[in-house]
Amino acid sequence: MAELNEGASLPDLKVTPDRYLTVRYAGASGDFNPIHIDEEFAKQVGLPGRILHGLYTMAQVARAQTEAAGGPEKLKRLAVQFRGMGLPEHEITVSGTVREVRDGVAVVDTVAEQDGKQIIRNAEAELATSD
Amino acid sequence: MPVDTQAAGKTYEPKTYAVGREKVREYANAVGETNPVHLDVDAARAAGYADVVAPPMFAVVYSAPAMAPAVLDPEVGIDLAMMVHGGQEFAWAEPVVAGDEITTTASVKDISERGGKGFYVFETVSTNQDGDTVATGTWTNIVRGV
Repeated sequence: MAELNEGASLPDLKVTPDRYLTVRYAGASGDFNPIHIDEEFAKQVGLPGRILHGLYTMAQVARAQTEAAGGPEKLKRLAVQFRGMGLPEHEITVSGTVREVRDGVAVVDTVAEQDGKQIIRNAEAELATSD
Repeated sequence: MPVDTQAAGKTYEPKTYAVGREKVREYANAVGETNPVHLDVDAARAAGYADVVAPPMFAVVYSAPAMAPAVLDPEVGIDLAMMVHGGQEFAWAEPVVAGDEITTTASVKDISERGGKGFYVFETVSTNQDGDTVATGTWTNIVRGV
């Protein structure tokens, strides 16, 4: 569990979704939009290939928070903006910094980057700092 | 063509989702969760939960049956081919565990237009079988070329 004091950085979460991750996430989430699972379809609509589900990437941002805070119940709120697109087989890094702590809640500024570009930006999390 | 905002404020039929143990595990594995409370019933019970715990973002799974009719509603009029997911917010309250029945109500919170794009904001409120709120979601979809 990380210290959630003002100005503290959360431990970076790094994950490289494998080639078939989007297929497993489609099944797990029920989102079978072909841009995530069909390489040819994705290219036909102008994408570089199959792209990650934005909500999968948001789940990585959530996981960085719950791992830092010590469990799923600590995450009280998460708001994100999606930007650009995430790709399979490229490492994602989630980073975060505690902006302020008030009334037992740490407010965290957090982003997800891939290949030096933010794919989730302006994200804000609220973590309970006590039980 | 201006964005039709008449559907703002519209609320849809509640939909109930039964949270299954293997579905929680399938989701937890797909997103890379390693905390055993999501994967192992004994570990979850030792931690004080009735069954495996849904990761917070599992909210998208139990909310989906309520969200689909709203996004697809002809009165809302979203051109799906031009839609991107612009933003997402969840606020969580009571934890969700396998065996829970989660009822979600979706509504159109706001429809607006800026710079040739339509902004469609939906809200979902999810409660468990005891009537306790488990999550509130705000879903912002952006439609280009409106």
